[in-house]
Amino acid sequence: MDSAFSSADLSAIWLTFKLAAVVTVILLLVGTPIAWWLARTRSWWKGPVGAVVALPIVLPPTVIGFYLLVAMGPSGPLGQLTQSLGIGLLPFTFAGLVIASVFYSMPFVVQPLQNAFEAIPERALETAATLRASARDTFFSVVLPLAKPGFLTASVLGFAHTVGEFGVVLMIGGNIPDKTRVVSVQIYDHVEAMEYASAHWLSAGMVVFAFVVLLALYTLNPTGRRK
Amino acid sequence: MKFRPLFTLVVFVLTLFGFSMQSAHAGEKITIAAAADLKFALDEIVVLFNKTHPADRAETIYGSSGKFQTQIRQGAPFDLYFSADIAYPRALKEEGFTASEVQPYAVGRIVLWSTSRDAARMTLANLADPAIRKIAIANPKHAPYGKRAEEALKASGMWAKVEAKLVYGENVAQAAQFVQTGNAQAGIVALSLALSPELAKQGSYALIPDKLHQPLEQGFIVTRRAVDNPLAQAFARFMVSGEARAIMSRYGFVLPGKVE
Repeated sequence: MDSAFSSADLSAIWLTFKLAAVVTVILLLVGTPIAWWLARTRSWWKGPVGAVVALPIVLPPTVIGFYLLVAMGPSGPLGQLTQSLGIGLLPFTFAGLVIASVFYSMPFVVQPLQNAFEAIPERALETAATLRASARDTFFSVVLPLAKPGFLTASVLGFAHTVGEFGVVLMIGGNIPDKTRVVSVQIYDHVEAMEYASAHWLSAGMVVFAFVVLLALYTLNPTGRRK
Repeated sequence: MKFRPLFTLVVFVLTLFGFSMQSAHAGEKITIAAAADLKFALDEIVVLFNKTHPADRAETIYGSSGKFQTQIRQGAPFDLYFSADIAYPRALKEEGFTASEVQPYAVGRIVLWSTSRDAARMTLANLADPAIRKIAIANPKHAPYGKRAEEALKASGMWAKVEAKLVYGENVAQAAQFVQTGNAQAGIVALSLALSPELAKQGSYALIPDKLHQPLEQGFIVTRRAVDNPLAQAFARFMVSGEARAIMSRYGFVLPGKVE
């Protein structure tokens, strides 16, 4: 019997997980300060910044794909920056996909973190301050433990949403094996070429993956009324 | 009277449905699914056709030939199907999805196209130039123009030298768009796209000798669902008219029954 996944499928799976892992780590690093600021600020900018972060939820992936393709191109602002830094152009590269995915999955990391930070009572922070804890101490000994469920949700959603990305990748990826051909694109190609058996294996794998991830999230992180 | 939001919402949604069900006019309507290389040529032909049939309306959808074939098998509402590879409509004919013979309408050509350098002076051998970092072609797995591009690169002995630089468009129009935005420095696209007014002013091209690849024999069919639609038959006849053929040959298509 043929194995369920071809070597091209396996490399697409590996690439997808690599992309999602890199993007999740970057988003936790970048998203945490943004979420903290959004949760604590009284600035007039809170509304506009929150709206910009949430844009990818509402916008079609084609809008993000189109603008990134133009912006990262040789005459776009990002493209000119990367060229002057000697990196070259980003479309059709793994780095380009990482940047696109960071934009695209940002709200799925920032919003759970923001909710978690907002739920931390002001008193906990004040108590830490009266105990002369430094900002760093407060973050690691008070904020982080209290916001743990938020970090878990943010990581899982950021990872899963990057795995589920398709439109943006199709528009800026160029379908290159081991660099930009992720599972969702590989499935699309199988369907287009009428290789339904291969498409089924990968698609069913995605369904199982998505279910397990969400089940784990809801089990570890029950929402609603707590006992 | 008490305001009932749910009732209001239901009425509103039903009204919207009513509008969308209502046909805009009394005439016939056809939907044409066409390969991406026909984008500009068929648009012109359809404009002309609609002028001669003012009461009716023909609409076009462009995409990859393989995708449309799958969709027609699954009952997609297309009345005519123009494929960049005649093998696809032939398969549909055998499976009984058609209401006409498979009609060859053109032979396509592939060209080397670039917006950043003078492609008219280039050959496939120039693609080895390290300054050309990315080369866009349509996906050979399911796009006929991609298959022919791959064959030409292999036949010219360039495949091994350029394979690492290739990026794949979902169809030939996306491959052209990768070049147009400057993200790929060169591409192998359809002559019909390189000759379109939109793209012709932005780049230059060199024909790729057609002995390097299998012919891009293209064919169309009237689908089974349009068997009783006279407008679909009228459009099929219009495609072989002098006017339609003139437009096709202006876009670089070699027409059936005409020796180059």
